[in-house]
Amino acid sequence: MDSVQKVNVTINGIAVSVPKNYTVQLAAKEAGVDIPTLCYLKGVNEIAACRVCVVEADVNGVPMRNLPASCVLQVQEGMNVRTNTARVRKAVRQNVELILANHNRECLTCKRSGTCELQKLCRELGIDDVPYKGATRKAVIDDLSYSIIRDSSKCILCGRCISTCRDVQGIGVLDFTKRGFNTEVAPAFDYSMRDVNCIYCGQCIHACPVAALREKSYIDQVWEAIQDPDKFVVVQTAPAVRASLGEEFGLPVGTPVTGKMMAALRRIGFDKVFDTNFSADLTIMEEGTELLNRLNTGGTLPMITSCSPGWIRYCEMNYPDFLDNLSTCKSPQQMFGAVLKTYYAKKANIDPKKIVSVSVMPCTSKKTEAARPEMQVDGLRDVDISLTTRELGDMIKQARIDFLNLPDEGPDSILGEYSGAGVIFGATGGVMEAALRTVADILTGEDLKDIEYKAVRGLEGVKEASVTLPVNGTPTEVKVAVAHGTANAAKVLDAIRAGKANYHFIEVMACPGGCVHGGGQSHVSAKARLDVEPKRNRAQALYSEDERQVLRKSHDNPDIKKLYEDFLKGPNSELAHKLLHTHYHKREVYLPQE
Amino acid sequence: MQNDCGCNCDRANDERYAELKAYIDSVKGSEGITMTVLQEAQRIFGYLPLEVQKFISENIGVPIAELYGIATFYSQFAIKPRGKHHVGVCLGTACYVRGAQKVMDKVVEELGVGVGETTQDGLFTLDATRCLGCCGLAPVIMIDDTVYGKLDDVSVISAILNKYRE
Repeated sequence: MDSVQKVNVTINGIAVSVPKNYTVQLAAKEAGVDIPTLCYLKGVNEIAACRVCVVEADVNGVPMRNLPASCVLQVQEGMNVRTNTARVRKAVRQNVELILANHNRECLTCKRSGTCELQKLCRELGIDDVPYKGATRKAVIDDLSYSIIRDSSKCILCGRCISTCRDVQGIGVLDFTKRGFNTEVAPAFDYSMRDVNCIYCGQCIHACPVAALREKSYIDQVWEAIQDPDKFVVVQTAPAVRASLGEEFGLPVGTPVTGKMMAALRRIGFDKVFDTNFSADLTIMEEGTELLNRLNTGGTLPMITSCSPGWIRYCEMNYPDFLDNLSTCKSPQQMFGAVLKTYYAKKANIDPKKIVSVSVMPCTSKKTEAARPEMQVDGLRDVDISLTTRELGDMIKQARIDFLNLPDEGPDSILGEYSGAGVIFGATGGVMEAALRTVADILTGEDLKDIEYKAVRGLEGVKEASVTLPVNGTPTEVKVAVAHGTANAAKVLDAIRAGKANYHFIEVMACPGGCVHGGGQSHVSAKARLDVEPKRNRAQALYSEDERQVLRKSHDNPDIKKLYEDFLKGPNSELAHKLLHTHYHKREVYLPQE
Repeated sequence: MQNDCGCNCDRANDERYAELKAYIDSVKGSEGITMTVLQEAQRIFGYLPLEVQKFISENIGVPIAELYGIATFYSQFAIKPRGKHHVGVCLGTACYVRGAQKVMDKVVEELGVGVGETTQDGLFTLDATRCLGCCGLAPVIMIDDTVYGKLDDVSVISAILNKYRE
């Protein structure tokens, strides 16, 4: 193995030896020197736009011209970098002051107050005045979609959202439009994000250092419902939420807080606290059965999961030829709502019209999914209001609940019991693993003990595995693939289109890392992400909870068994189809407008 | 009637789309074709409306937001239809000190449109330009490829424009 070639550089007098492909930014980190950044998002956006990371440098005594940006400046042998000279400090300060001059500085009432990277930088640099008073750009606020608000008055033109959407997700909703002072990060032709190729994954929200992109909040509607004595307000929380919610209260990234979350929801005033993990188990029963039917009867293969609404929208817009491959199963969020307003309402003897179905999701796209016209049963919406993890954090704070000192509580019965399989839904590969646990048991007729399918875990963009299972009595190699992030999904589908790959079953999650890194999860700053990988930490929280569970297979969940016995009469039954399955259609965007 | 792209453009019967497609096919597979494809589209259509950018996006796989970003960055591209004739009033330094503002005011009055706009009859599009490189003739205007200089007496502008109205 070739050892990486190293070069010797000095940062503020500290000598370090670093790989020669390092930037000065990374070398400085190695030397224990922190260089401020704003537009820099490691590996995603390295474009030297904001000029906040500039340094003074010379190579073997020959000074470099001007002040180069350390995020793109490659190290060289004999390079000597100074980050804390009067000249650097003055330039950095001036550059930030110029950004502030054209920034809507309503920090007190800003959604990102406390998590804003620009605000933090201002404090660190000691900026207490904005000396430049001039014209400011016109504020364009696009709040027409169900999920995401774009606010140009906050935008600092760093381009992090553009790179993330275009390069990480392979979509390209936003770009720099117009020029000079009129430059605006926006979709083409000033279209609303409602009407373009956006899948509402919210990865742009994670990329945004300020509040120029943020989720559309529905907290007020939830408070209103809770305060209404005629309403029966029920909440479900997705698996990934418990792996991130603690971060809203200062806990390390990926600290599991399941018990405190349940306790907090009860104290907020929800009438019943249930768990989407329950309907994740239900999804496995429906989706697993659908897969078995397709395998046994020569149905359309590969079958592709349908839990991720961002992925569904992406498929509808870009790969309509794969719509028949999508599982007809609704997502766990929607399945939960449908069961809540039918089965549960009947069991608890509650008028389903009085039930307000609230979900807490790691996801911004779930808001748009909940609003899809077909997501209802007999005129009753499956999910009335969908919140993000961050919004739940906000509600807990508004209710002045001492979250960190709450006791651990569990979910309510009868839609709260869950298996470990349901928990791991939140991590990439989790749905696949959960499905295999059930499908393998059914096909072999055994209670298999070897249930950890580690090949489908982890952060590799596309993961493949195969399992030999008896299909129609014949041992068959069942080939599966797992893709997370829509760019990776596109790779898999393109390979299938080109006849270069074939699978029986594919899991796709729109967000890199799966739901644990969904657009509704807690903010982790670009700086913090240099040391911590939220996708890995949060996934670990879920896999540990899975290991602790006595029940680890969806079909062993006693409440799921009871739901089928008492109500649905078996997976994929006529009633199950009515309540738990849906359909998809080709979606056109950028339609002509007046 | 709506077609595949969901709009009312007539791709199938519009020869301009076939011409653009032929050009795209001739350069497809090479690096950095976005700019040249946009230039070719600008030449064929005279401007780059939504339908044309959608067509390009589908055919070269570049997001429409990126195309629009380029089209609105460079002044050689137009998003709205341009007039038959392009009138550029030079606001460069030399022209400006020699009275370009008066020239501009007169042209605006004569055409009845502002900078960046096109006359109702589709004959003229008015632009303010930077230095055209003939400062000795200041103040100047340029109509299509012809320069008209020494316009100290703005009353002659009416006659110049009228030539293009014939």
